[in-house]
Amino acid sequence: MNVVVLQFPGTNCEFDTRYAFERLGEKVTIVWHEEEMIPANTDLVVVPGGFSYGDYLRSGAIARFSPVMKAVRSYADNGGYVLGICNGFQILLESHLLPGAMKRNENLHFVSKHQYLKVENNDNRFLRHCEVGELLNIPIAHAEGNYYIDDERLKALYDNGQVLLTYCDENGDPDNPNGSVDNIAGICNEKKNVFGLMPHPERAMETILGSMDGVKMLEGFLA
Amino acid sequence: MKAIVNVYLKEGVLDPQGKAVHHALGSLGFDNVSDVRVGKQIVLQLDASSMREAEKEVEKMCETLLANTVIEDYSIEIVQ
Repeated sequence: MNVVVLQFPGTNCEFDTRYAFERLGEKVTIVWHEEEMIPANTDLVVVPGGFSYGDYLRSGAIARFSPVMKAVRSYADNGGYVLGICNGFQILLESHLLPGAMKRNENLHFVSKHQYLKVENNDNRFLRHCEVGELLNIPIAHAEGNYYIDDERLKALYDNGQVLLTYCDENGDPDNPNGSVDNIAGICNEKKNVFGLMPHPERAMETILGSMDGVKMLEGFLA
Repeated sequence: MKAIVNVYLKEGVLDPQGKAVHHALGSLGFDNVSDVRVGKQIVLQLDASSMREAEKEVEKMCETLLANTVIEDYSIEIVQ
């Protein structure tokens, strides 16, 4: 599988993300934001975490207009798989490739810790190796992860099985670190080829780092 | 010409910063405040042949970049 990891000024998770997919035996190419094309044989585009353009104006608001994002949009429109992690999720929201928007965390703190997530839906490429109701231990690190969507669109998300992950504690009870609507941590688009989540599966790839739960998530994209 | 753009969270969208500032004001004894909303102001210098044209142009800027209309509203004031 050929994985493309995007790189904007201020991105800082591109090398972790490359490391994670290389551990899974995949070929990874980092693509600079000024590129107008992504390689033709790309099987997955990852928009990684960080602080693209210093989070100026709004997280992801300026990265959205980078030349490479035009290529990502047409790649996604043609059914290509796109995964946005943390700032990558924010960029996909600003690009309207995913519905909703991010606000500052409810408590205004930058939250950086391990967080349990509950799998709400596995009828998609990303979480197909996980069970519904399964708990995953994945690090979070963000100041703007307070997901917002209006009631009508929220209902549509549920109706289409687009709510993928919610925040919980080790017993599976709701535990919301940022004020996100319905404890939502990750979603996908209606066609289920564009995915976004605030937690960092690429930081949970080996036991020495506290969790390997990211492996079965990212493995979903493998052939 | 100068354009003053105010961007703020929509009514009904909870404003975490406004809430924190409201709380801080309350603890300082300003207990007559019933609500606080924190927004941002963007001031632009631009060339335009008329105020009307400037306003239309800035409105486009707001819709594409300056505001995220999923959660934010904006107001535009044009000053000669």
